[in-house]
Amino acid sequence: MRKQFLAALLLSATTLATAAHAADLRIGLQDDADVLDPDQSRTFVGRIVYASLCDKLVDITPDLEIIPQLATGWSWSDDGKVLTMDLRDGVTFHDGTPFDAEAVKANIERSKTLPESRRKSEVKSIDSVEVSGPLQVKINLTAPDATLLAQFADRSGMMMSPTAAAAAGVDFGNNPVCSGPFKFVERVQQDRIVLGKYDGYWNADAINFDTVTFLPIPDTTVRLANLRSGDLDMLERLAATDVASVKDDADLSYAEAVSLGYQGITVNINNGDKGDNPFGNDPKIRQAFSLSLDRDAINQVVFEGAFAPGNQPFPPTSPWYDQDYPIQARDVEKAKELLKEAGYDSLDVEIQVANNPVQTQMMQVVQSMAAEAGFNVKLKTMEFASLLADQSAGNYQGSQVGWSGRVDPDGNIHQFMTCEGGINDSKVCIPEVDKLLDEARTSTDNATRKAKYDAARDILIEELPIIYLYHVTWIWALSEKLEGFTPYPDGMIRLENVKFK
Amino acid sequence: MLSYIARRLLIAIPTLILVSIFVFVLQKLLPGDPALVLAGEERDPEMLEFIREKYRLNDPIIMQYFYWMKAMLQGDLGISLRTRQPVLDLIGDKLPVTIQLAVMAMIIAFAIGIPAGILSAVKKGTAVDYIANFIALSGLSIPNFWLGIMLIMLVSVHLGWLPASGYVSPFVDPAKSFQTMIMPAFVLGTALAATLMRHTRSAMLGVLKADYVRTARAKGLLEQTVILKHAFRNALLPIVTLSALLFGELLAGAVLTEQIFTIPGFGKLIVDAVFTRDYAVVQGVVMCTAAGFILMNLVADVLYFLLNPRMRSSL
Amino acid sequence: MSAVTSAADPAEETVRPENRAWKKLKVNRSAQFGLVIVAFFIAIALAAPILPIDDPLATNWSAIRKAPSAAHWLGTDEIGRDILSRMIWGAQASLLAGVVSVIIAVLVGVPFGLISGYFGGWTDQAISRVTDALLATPFLILAIALAAFLGPSLTNAMIAIGLSAVPIFVRLTRGQVLAVKTEDFVEGAHAVGLTHTAIMGRYILPNVLAPILVQATLTVATAIIAEASLSFLGLGQQAPAPSWGSMLNVAKNFMTQAPWMAWWPGAAIFLVVLGFNLLGDGLRDALDPRET
Repeated sequence: MRKQFLAALLLSATTLATAAHAADLRIGLQDDADVLDPDQSRTFVGRIVYASLCDKLVDITPDLEIIPQLATGWSWSDDGKVLTMDLRDGVTFHDGTPFDAEAVKANIERSKTLPESRRKSEVKSIDSVEVSGPLQVKINLTAPDATLLAQFADRSGMMMSPTAAAAAGVDFGNNPVCSGPFKFVERVQQDRIVLGKYDGYWNADAINFDTVTFLPIPDTTVRLANLRSGDLDMLERLAATDVASVKDDADLSYAEAVSLGYQGITVNINNGDKGDNPFGNDPKIRQAFSLSLDRDAINQVVFEGAFAPGNQPFPPTSPWYDQDYPIQARDVEKAKELLKEAGYDSLDVEIQVANNPVQTQMMQVVQSMAAEAGFNVKLKTMEFASLLADQSAGNYQGSQVGWSGRVDPDGNIHQFMTCEGGINDSKVCIPEVDKLLDEARTSTDNATRKAKYDAARDILIEELPIIYLYHVTWIWALSEKLEGFTPYPDGMIRLENVKFK
Repeated sequence: MLSYIARRLLIAIPTLILVSIFVFVLQKLLPGDPALVLAGEERDPEMLEFIREKYRLNDPIIMQYFYWMKAMLQGDLGISLRTRQPVLDLIGDKLPVTIQLAVMAMIIAFAIGIPAGILSAVKKGTAVDYIANFIALSGLSIPNFWLGIMLIMLVSVHLGWLPASGYVSPFVDPAKSFQTMIMPAFVLGTALAATLMRHTRSAMLGVLKADYVRTARAKGLLEQTVILKHAFRNALLPIVTLSALLFGELLAGAVLTEQIFTIPGFGKLIVDAVFTRDYAVVQGVVMCTAAGFILMNLVADVLYFLLNPRMRSSL
Repeated sequence: MSAVTSAADPAEETVRPENRAWKKLKVNRSAQFGLVIVAFFIAIALAAPILPIDDPLATNWSAIRKAPSAAHWLGTDEIGRDILSRMIWGAQASLLAGVVSVIIAVLVGVPFGLISGYFGGWTDQAISRVTDALLATPFLILAIALAAFLGPSLTNAMIAIGLSAVPIFVRLTRGQVLAVKTEDFVEGAHAVGLTHTAIMGRYILPNVLAPILVQATLTVATAIIAEASLSFLGLGQQAPAPSWGSMLNVAKNFMTQAPWMAWWPGAAIFLVVLGFNLLGDGLRDALDPRET
């Protein structure tokens, strides 16, 4: 494998001395990816690698509309329980296996049945997959599921070569074989992941690089230094505090997109004994807390205004954002009043936060703002692994965590706010909200769904099981030599039509 | 001699078993459920249970220890829970990187430490001696990671002379490999140079008082010859043994340096593994480092035997 | 390290070794320099509450990451706190970490070393193997794992660093005891039927204290760096309280925008560690009976 890669490099070097460098794209990532098996992986950076490695059944536009990728068209049955998909003709996987209806069936079944699969909850609604033609599948659902197409635009919809998947089994990730624009060349953990151009790609004309190398470089300063020195061609997650200097740099360009996720404070309402405290018991106190914060100032102070302040699970720019509840201006007097109504002049609140400098800095700002309204916030900095364990076990009062966000609105709210939700760590349980959120899942009509989410918001904006603070903005810095990059709110790097000038 | 080595190796066995117990117990006590870290953002309860079953996290700790020991004795260090790569492969990938870093750091340390040590011993009590000593102590006192950050800022960010991070194998591109490694090697090497300098100085001071040096001087040999041929050769013994010990420590000292310069070596592997609760990797790497450390200690002692004529004749 | 053999029963000597050592220390200029540095930092750490400085936790949104100026001599940090004030309060944390962890190491290590060296046999074997195992586990890795296990805080970092430094003191003490054990005065004590505890406490311990004191001083230096390293990884002092290491941990994110945030804590660590090293060296020379 490595020899091949070297040979390819050498070849390109001898034929086109100038283009030799031009065809090799180097991207700096914030972390190292985990296992490179779409069914098993769980990291954000893993998905960035897949965007070049593994095509999906469908894709999204920057405006979050679902568009064809490996499926060219689809239709729902009237009862919403059968999804028929037509597949692209002439697509082959990197190992030469043809892509067809059988391959789709094998892939979905793998997501459902592989013991190690982390996609099970995403494809839970699928009952069976029927091969209704060489290039057509019928997907039968147990109940209507509006979120399914959005799942197919992510890891659940990534198609792996069934031959390779069957042969490698659970170890597929050590040598992944998909059908994307680039194929796997080599990986050195914590150092690099190298992909090489796949000549048989169905949309090969849009691909302008011979190799793509992903380099995990956790330190933002170092990552930027590498971009400036030319060791990288682009990087993801530029630190908000570096934005100004990148904008001033004529050799660099800059792209951004508000993410689909959020950052907030999850409040323990009923998760074990620790939920039994004023902060968890009285919504008025949580409202007071929320009112004591100047979200815009937080954004300015900590993120130099680069992120988006927020008060809902969807960013204000999202079509799902409930415009009836705009972000409230800070009102310390009103916050004090509410706290007083709840019976307190001042109140101790313990909030845990991951011990990385940026989150800690942000929470120190929150701490000093809330203090003016009478909240004596004690910050408990924890290592992330421990924080997660405590949050899940209910051993916390408040916990500062975020969610990376999903294309479908359901992914940002259902599992957090329904009584039996898998990641409902506040253990909030309001039957009316459950009903609304369940119903929103079953309709394929966006207007109907929006009405349900808005109705749930009417309740949740009072309850505040999660006090939303802001939405991260994905920020990319690129060498000025690159052109054609389109930022997407899912934070992925799609290399179609990106090229060196 | 052979029986001595055999006995030392035999003693190493209980030590290694103890290390294995330490590392095992310690990380089992770590707060934070590895299943939660591994299950992904959704934390599907079914997945959690599967992971706990699969990696036998539900079994009693003592049983988990025996599973691990048994596999290890069969040469299987398990797989990384995070990336599913075999731990043995990971170690095979990372060890050469850290060894390269350590060797380069050693070379830098020797190049600075030994001449400085000799000079300050020969010029004992003069300004040269004081200055050399002060610089050496400064090298010992400067926090490695701070020096690393400062160098990155100065050399990479402001001057743009060297890359700020990364690693290139010397077999792929020796020049680039040298460029990426020289700064971290320097950072690691400074502290070592200081230690080496101090030991060289004291060894030289001891030797310079010895009779044979006085005799050599009395014979009217050039001072240079006396120092380098007679004195230094004899002072070399403790320096060589010390170096073997230092090399073992270097492997551990690389932890922070690798973190700062984003070098994919042993140190970065283990720190990341601790934070992501990648048990198999932590265990494997610590065992490997401990074995290496014990081995280097043994090498140091054997060298001492071999290089010391008095010791040799007593055998 | 068999240096102490010549120091027989202290009472028999005309000049007490402590006095001789003190004289030597008084003429050692670099040791004095070290002492001055250490004393200076201890003084400001102790005086922190009464010095006319800002509240180290007081934030100021309108003075974020300001370069050193007349109002803020060392500049301000990422949420507008005065760095000078945080440096001074941080000195408390860093010095405390250095000293307390060494105290832990001495309190645990010395008794085990005494027992191991004095009794020999299986006790010695057992303690030695555990010590070997601890030494073979890299110091920082052991400390990281311990700090992560105990939860990130300054106290736990001290415990972690202290425990990781235990083997040094076990080995050192054991070696010293082995050298002293065969001395006449110990044999004599045996003969008159003193208990083991009495012999260890009254005759052996005082004779092994000097090298332990030297080692302890030098270990304070390493412990301060270790605390800074752990804090740098986010496992030491936790926000908002300052320590030099945790200040550096934050500062590394603002290296281009506010480099001064990293200058001062780094320089302070360097100076105070240098101070302890100089002092330790001086003590070693002074207490070493070989060179008179």
